[in-house]
Amino acid sequence: MSQLLPRSLSRLLLAFAAVLALGGCGYNDFQRLDEQTKAAWAEVLNQYQRRADLIPNLVNTVKGEANFEQETLTRVIEARSRATAIQATPELLNDPQALQRFQQLQGQLGGALSRLLAVAENYPALRTNQSFQDLRVQLEGTENRITVARNQYIATVQKYNVLARSFPTNFTAMIFGYDPKPGFTVANEEELARPPAVDFGTAPR
Amino acid sequence: MTAAFPEHRAAGRRTRMTAARWRLAFCAVALAWASLLLPCLAWAQDLQRVPSLTGHVVDHSATLPPDQARSLEAKLAAFEAERGTQIVILMVPGTAPEDIAAFAFRVADEWKIGRREVGDGILLVVAKDERRVRIEVARALEGAVPDLAAFQIINRVITPAFREGDYAGGLHAGADALMARIRGENLPAPETSAPAPTKPSMLEGLGALLFMGVPLVGAVLVGTLGRKLGALATSGAAGAFALFITSSVLLALLAAALAFIFVLALGVGGGGGGGRGGPHMGGGPVIWGGGGRGGRSGGGFRSGGGGSFGGGGASGGW
Repeated sequence: MSQLLPRSLSRLLLAFAAVLALGGCGYNDFQRLDEQTKAAWAEVLNQYQRRADLIPNLVNTVKGEANFEQETLTRVIEARSRATAIQATPELLNDPQALQRFQQLQGQLGGALSRLLAVAENYPALRTNQSFQDLRVQLEGTENRITVARNQYIATVQKYNVLARSFPTNFTAMIFGYDPKPGFTVANEEELARPPAVDFGTAPR
Repeated sequence: MTAAFPEHRAAGRRTRMTAARWRLAFCAVALAWASLLLPCLAWAQDLQRVPSLTGHVVDHSATLPPDQARSLEAKLAAFEAERGTQIVILMVPGTAPEDIAAFAFRVADEWKIGRREVGDGILLVVAKDERRVRIEVARALEGAVPDLAAFQIINRVITPAFREGDYAGGLHAGADALMARIRGENLPAPETSAPAPTKPSMLEGLGALLFMGVPLVGAVLVGTLGRKLGALATSGAAGAFALFITSSVLLALLAAALAFIFVLALGVGGGGGGGRGGPHMGGGPVIWGGGGRGGRSGGGFRSGGGGSFGGGGASGGW
């Protein structure tokens, strides 16, 4: 059939077919999912930032409470300053080690914060302190949003990585250099792997 | 672009051309299949199933007496007619193994209550046996009902009544408080006429695109790849395109089959192919009929499908 067509025309058609094939091999999907992962990551950072912004108010409120456990308080302050010291740029995504460090610090901050909120339950004055209660609700909301944003990011990265690894789009990924992106790992992996010490004071099940 | 296939340009020998054709056709077909398989990566954990959305009040804990459920339903339906915002109350016995926040988010994310173009929806979840309440607020309403307001409604309005065992009263008062906050927000008024279903219009666009695109692409591919391979490649492309637009495997297969027959019938020339398309448009009603999706049930209430939830809201207990 191609010998029926003039040479230039068949070349043109071939080029057109190549463009179609490129579209069919996921090039546009890579663009779309790449943007989606960036947006999902930005939302994660946004929520982390909101948490970091709420903490100074919380610390000030708790400081007003006499004889509050100083150690818990300093741990939150230190964890916050460490976590916010990392410049959370989109480029962080391309550096698995830096990303892991960032997650670790944010995880430590979350842990210190939940410890503080738990300890605060022992202080009746804080439980009735309106601004402390308000901050607690806002922090809970932020933690929820962080969870949702992280899940969204994980799901988007998964879609991207499936595209980057599965056939035939992995060739498109190879040609244009779309490497699989790192997902979230759980910050305190070894802590979770340890079975919890539960003591009901009765015989084992 | 052509740099990916340098040998085609340089050599042009028959054997290589054949191999290239096969590769190209295989790529298109494999893509169609790969994209078919992706949605099969389903949710496979031992969580509670999301209840089906049957109305403004979904009571799976058998708590509300029928007349109370009806009056709550009427109140929320009237509010939706007045302001357009969808408020849904879900009562379940418990949310284990998840906590109420995770469960409520999952339900809200699946129901997507709220108008399609505004996204204003609120979900109130009561886990009766666990004595927990949660208000899940769509992003569009996070200004009207911030976390703190949601918490205060739970803490000051809903749970005091629940503590007395007055579930219907607590829910009525909670709904009133939520409505009062939403009335203060400047949201677009609801449309008086029922919004046109978007699916058929999208399918019309799809039909038109396929109707125009298949002869064009088919002619080019048949010209370059030969009749059978060209038809195969066009069919793969049409199927992938239909799947991309509708995300329905059935429609994609139908589109692929139609495209294959169409291109085969079209012949090599492709010039006068337009007239042959007529009979194939008869497939239109079939496509329309096959587009239904589960998850929404009838009965006069359906989710607007626009609510985007980001974890906003608050939880409380009694």
